[in-house]
Amino acid sequence: MRMSSPRPAYVLGGNRIPFARAGGAYAHASNLDMLTAALDGLVARFGLQGEVIGQVAAGAVLKHSRDFNLTRQAVLASPLSARTPATDAQEACATGVETVVALANKIALGQLESGVAGGVDSASDAPIVVGDRLRRTLLDANRAKTAPQRLATLARIRPKDLAPVAPRTDEPSTGLSMGEHQAITTARWGISREAQDEVALASHRHLAAAWDAGFFDDLATAYQGVVRDGNLRPDTSLEKLAALPPVFGKRLDTPATMTAGNSTPLTDGASTVLLGSAEWAAAHDLTPLAAVLDAEVAAVDFVHGEEGLLMAPAYAVPRLLARRGLTFEDFALIEIHEAFASTVLTTLAAWESDDFGRTRLALPGAFGVVPRDRLNVHGSSLAAGHPFAATGGRIVAMLAKALHQLKAQRASDEPVRGLVSVCAAGGLGIAAILEAA
Amino acid sequence: MGDAYLDLVNSGAGAALAKRLGLPRPAPLLRHHPGDPLVDGPVLVLGGGPDADAVARLLSGPPGGSDGVPDGWDLDVHRHAAPDERYAAVVVVLTAVTHPDQLAAPVLEAASTLRGLRRGGRVITVSRPALATDAPAVAAARQGVDGLLRSLAKELRGGATGNGVVVAAGVPVTAPAAVAALRFLLSRRSAFVDGQLLDVDSDAGELPADWDRPLAGRVAVVTGAARGIGAVVADVLARDGATVVCVDVPAAGEGLTAVANRVNGTALQLDITAPDAGARILEHATSRHGGLHVVVHNAGITRDKLLANMTAEKWESVLAVNVAAQLAINEALLASGELVDAPRIVAMASTSGIAGNRGQTNYAASKGGIIGAVRATAPLLAPFGGTANAVAPGFIETDMTARMPALTRQVARRLNSLQQGGQPVDVAEAVAFLASPPAGGIVGRTLRVCGQNMVGR
Repeated sequence: MRMSSPRPAYVLGGNRIPFARAGGAYAHASNLDMLTAALDGLVARFGLQGEVIGQVAAGAVLKHSRDFNLTRQAVLASPLSARTPATDAQEACATGVETVVALANKIALGQLESGVAGGVDSASDAPIVVGDRLRRTLLDANRAKTAPQRLATLARIRPKDLAPVAPRTDEPSTGLSMGEHQAITTARWGISREAQDEVALASHRHLAAAWDAGFFDDLATAYQGVVRDGNLRPDTSLEKLAALPPVFGKRLDTPATMTAGNSTPLTDGASTVLLGSAEWAAAHDLTPLAAVLDAEVAAVDFVHGEEGLLMAPAYAVPRLLARRGLTFEDFALIEIHEAFASTVLTTLAAWESDDFGRTRLALPGAFGVVPRDRLNVHGSSLAAGHPFAATGGRIVAMLAKALHQLKAQRASDEPVRGLVSVCAAGGLGIAAILEAA
Repeated sequence: MGDAYLDLVNSGAGAALAKRLGLPRPAPLLRHHPGDPLVDGPVLVLGGGPDADAVARLLSGPPGGSDGVPDGWDLDVHRHAAPDERYAAVVVVLTAVTHPDQLAAPVLEAASTLRGLRRGGRVITVSRPALATDAPAVAAARQGVDGLLRSLAKELRGGATGNGVVVAAGVPVTAPAAVAALRFLLSRRSAFVDGQLLDVDSDAGELPADWDRPLAGRVAVVTGAARGIGAVVADVLARDGATVVCVDVPAAGEGLTAVANRVNGTALQLDITAPDAGARILEHATSRHGGLHVVVHNAGITRDKLLANMTAEKWESVLAVNVAAQLAINEALLASGELVDAPRIVAMASTSGIAGNRGQTNYAASKGGIIGAVRATAPLLAPFGGTANAVAPGFIETDMTARMPALTRQVARRLNSLQQGGQPVDVAEAVAFLASPPAGGIVGRTLRVCGQNMVGR
């Protein structure tokens, strides 16, 4: 048995389909369709037809019960070898990054030579379930031994039982939507409407510039006629954003500031990330873009109001950086997932707060200041949209490419690092460090 | 794309009706499948002199070689027309003629076989080019072959074709490119090539170890590979053994993915008009596949407009995509010093660029430009055993021609000796032939794949 010490696990590339607003271009595409399309494009880009990948790990947040083996089904529908194992994972919006970390760790430990991480979500083709009363009655009828018994059981069904229950992403423990939760956090930190709109504007401008420059030529593959992210508004402006009415926090005492413009819309999409050891990359004539250096998960108690729902990364990142002895200055690029513009701003505000540093992080003072010119430089979820489980793969593949480009430009041995921070439902958060290869 | 008329006249009642009315009766063309015999029937080799003997030895010799012939094709070869024999192919070697009088004997002997030529038969002349330095009678005899062949091809029916190989002075008829040209024209790979005289300019090139996989070990880039002719070019190059890099614009990514996965190649999304397109193609091919040997410039667009109504945008975009982009890519590849292993550049011209087409001044300028570009690029590649050539498709059944008005399309299909449109695979076979190692002796030429379209040469 090989007892190997950890070795670098590399991001070798990625592929996603352009993201589309829910109910739009991918309205009739299933999670399986979209994940397969993202996988097909990855296989085509890297010539992996017939290849046995060590493991493919992906997931979806909104999932049909028939998709219990979603990732394996996508592998079987792709040109990868049918002998490629696959795993489904689910960790709300952190799913994508979690699959990257899980596979990278296996590679680091010598358990895998290659992996494909990913995620997919369809808010359009979401499962609609029947109410609990109807469901129990149907199951009882199914268990009935005789026809009269079955009829008697079915006779219990009432018209109101037939109303379908649409999926909700509300927090089960509080009944509040994510937007309402974030509105409370936004108010607590006193984040202004203008600051949020500026984050949204920058996201659209940066993402549009990246598409225009061909940055996504080897990161995305057109699907069903969609060639760029459908939510992207290259011509938006502060004036247009300022004209939008608030949608969250309208019942709070403070003015409502969160609009459809500075919040992510429901989105359909899928992403994949190719990971491998240096040896596997070399054997396949692939260039490592960045190593997956480290990662940290955190959770906050939002149920009892101790912390905001989406604030877990504010804890994960300081722990991760402390473990590595790094500060924000040590990162060339920083990616903070834009669930809402205010999520980014409340996280930054927490790190800049003396009080938060002392009371929540047990530091002598504020944790640190993120240089804004390194933050989300190719746009993020406000512009691209946010198909929950697909966002992590979008960020990791894009950041790995950007870091690799920077390293090549700088032509020095200084490490070029990138930080990923993703908040998730359930008070969860994940952070990861990539280092350019 | 379907051709309902062709299907009709090849059905029982339809065939009888068409015959009675004297309507065109196009025959379904036989096409190449790996493992097929080169020809299915005896081959008649006519003409006198050592070249005719050499060709006969090549065709009849045993596989693996003997008597100084490196590799024979093991065909049933006759040197004189047997009465009542139905030949699959007739090869008329006319390199020795020095006076038009000498054409009569071989040509009339060939004539006696034509009515019995098998379905999809082949008539191929092998001759020398007429030069200004030749004696007048020699030049007359040689140029006469040109007129003879083009007229003969128009007589053939049943999917048979007539083509010629014109071997430059001093180049043996057994030079790799001459041998490969002869084999291509004999085979079903050339189903829609008709009435063409293909020049062999030098003895450059190398015979393949396996005629079914001449591109084994070669890395080929195909632009515009997401659909249409480009997608089929990728298929055929892969079938012939090449590793294929499929290039198209990101907007065509979904189709490109399907093609790349189908041919076990890689997809490279880029806009060929980008300044760094050549560098990115080269980087991808060398880093991922260890080299670059074949570049097929297939990507092209049409923006048809009468010249009187032409806009700058329509003119400029067609010229930029169809010809300027490939000039820039070729320049970058040549400057890189990486394109040095018997490289092959094959560009997509068009019969519009030869004969002209109303409403296509911009397109014809770009396609004519390609014909000039390969002529001038080939000598630059010669020091590395390389060459550049073009293929000029005529009417090919694609999505593009499917959009033509129905009647125009029906007429356009019949305006060639084979009385039908070609298939994308016919163009792809010609590309694969010019991309193959033995084609090195074909220097800067344009091969028409048009079923002998009535317009142009």
